[in-house]
Amino acid sequence: MTEAEKAATAQQRRQKQAIGEGPITRGVLIALALAFLGVMLIAPLLVVFIEAFGRGVGVFFEALTSPHTLSALQLTLLVAAIAVPANLVFGVAAAWAIAKFDFKGKAFLLTLIDLPFAVSPVVSGLIFVLLFGANSALGPLLDSYGVKILFAVPGIVLATIFITFPFIARELIPLMQQQGSSEEEAAISLGAGGWRTFFLVTLPNVKWGLLYGVLLCNARAMGEFGAVSVVSGHIRGQTNTLPLHIEILYHDNKAAAAFAVASLLALLALVTLAVKSILEARFAGSLAAQRRH
Amino acid sequence: MSAPAITAQPCGKPPRAKWRRRSVLPGFGLSLGYTLVYLSLIVLLPLAGLAISSASLGWNEFWAIAFDPRVSAALQLSFGAAMLAAIVNTVFGVLIAWVLVRYRFPGRRWLDAAVDLPFALPTAVAGIALATLYAPNGVFGAFLENVLGVKVGFSALGVVFALMFVGLPFVVRTVQPVLEEIDRETEEVSATLGAGRFRTVTRVILPAMFPAILTGFALSFARGVGEYGSVIFIANNLPFESEIAPLLIVIKLDEHNYAGATAIATIMLVIAFVMLFVINLLQAWSRKWFGHD
Repeated sequence: MTEAEKAATAQQRRQKQAIGEGPITRGVLIALALAFLGVMLIAPLLVVFIEAFGRGVGVFFEALTSPHTLSALQLTLLVAAIAVPANLVFGVAAAWAIAKFDFKGKAFLLTLIDLPFAVSPVVSGLIFVLLFGANSALGPLLDSYGVKILFAVPGIVLATIFITFPFIARELIPLMQQQGSSEEEAAISLGAGGWRTFFLVTLPNVKWGLLYGVLLCNARAMGEFGAVSVVSGHIRGQTNTLPLHIEILYHDNKAAAAFAVASLLALLALVTLAVKSILEARFAGSLAAQRRH
Repeated sequence: MSAPAITAQPCGKPPRAKWRRRSVLPGFGLSLGYTLVYLSLIVLLPLAGLAISSASLGWNEFWAIAFDPRVSAALQLSFGAAMLAAIVNTVFGVLIAWVLVRYRFPGRRWLDAAVDLPFALPTAVAGIALATLYAPNGVFGAFLENVLGVKVGFSALGVVFALMFVGLPFVVRTVQPVLEEIDRETEEVSATLGAGRFRTVTRVILPAMFPAILTGFALSFARGVGEYGSVIFIANNLPFESEIAPLLIVIKLDEHNYAGATAIATIMLVIAFVMLFVINLLQAWSRKWFGHD
């Protein structure tokens, strides 16, 4: 550190002292924040892992390798593998249309994209029950062709897509708006085609934002409970996702097994948070300015 | 509403309509068309289904369900608990945002990352963890019951605690970026003019943050009203006591009472939209009043 820098930081420190709080107030406020976060957020996370291993490692691995758990894991992975790419394609298309072009009704379209965030998960499930249920117009028609949507995998996928609908679009739109379209215009005027411009110019610019959106979308897709619970019908081995399997085990008084399965999802949450923090620390400039989801 | 958009804007042709500005970039028709079709199929059509089902109930049946004592008790609990949780979250969320932005202490970045935990942790996992912690024989539950005589687990208060867990990051993440942007010179001016620190904070900083605080409160509240997964484990779900509205929808669906489920869902959506609209108005008012955008 040079002398000038030292002087600058010293002056900064003096300035902070002039308008900051005293050490006691500061300590009390930090302690209060730490206590609240510890009790409200950290304690529940710790409990998951403590309870998962509380009955021994044997019970833990037995719960994880039971056929019902494995089939639930398979279904959860399958649902996320369909829902996340579906919303990824939508997110990119919506961001391209909204960020690169000027047209009327843009604000209204943005509001519509946000709509699923305002709807309760249970209501999100309910709308698909109303659409494809036995009392609806579509349900019996599809049934006569042998297509089952409700209480089957397609219903779970649809509900999950609905719940995670805005995640990637909401991340990409502000980012691409911020970046403008001059680079794409340059590529087009130099003779590149539309797809070539997108893959060689736009995509590299938004890749970290895209990853960020995919990460959050995936976490929600794998963890969704309310909406999936309404449309799944809870058929073990067939329409049971990991979160639903946790509920069944918990109500069967198999708390240790429930927490073992829960620790898998808690691990997923921790990995999500870790990657998210790394992205925010390293590539803050290439993520959307506002952290809202 | 989607079909005309696709046919009116074929790829590459110069736009005829005046509703958008011309651009050299290709793909407007394709991307906007895809966006509108996907949005309509996944979000708008299913939500329209709910509106149609609700409209076909008729006023008398609708009001009979809405004023059923069990339904109004559940709605009151859902909105009341969400309100209470959002108030607590607003107080502690602002405190946490303040500590994270203004102070430097070891472990601050870990704490910052931990705030997002409720976004990443599936609600079912949070639900069984909170139920274990706050059960009468749980770590916090036993303490609260023996020392303070308060029963949190398996009661209406448990609902509030679960909603505090899911809603906290909304307040922190909305207030944090605004607090980072606040010009510290105004604080220095206030201090120079003789205001004490407390007065500077309450009269200079908090008013500037007010719109963001209100937004955080609204997001936390809206999330709490619809929350299902984390609540059903910690509350004992007794009618008139700790039964939330989303759970009542699930119960009505299990009884194949689609009319009842639809009516409750519609009431929840309408109240939630009205409250968000009022909060938007309040925000616009506070922006004007405090001259902050």
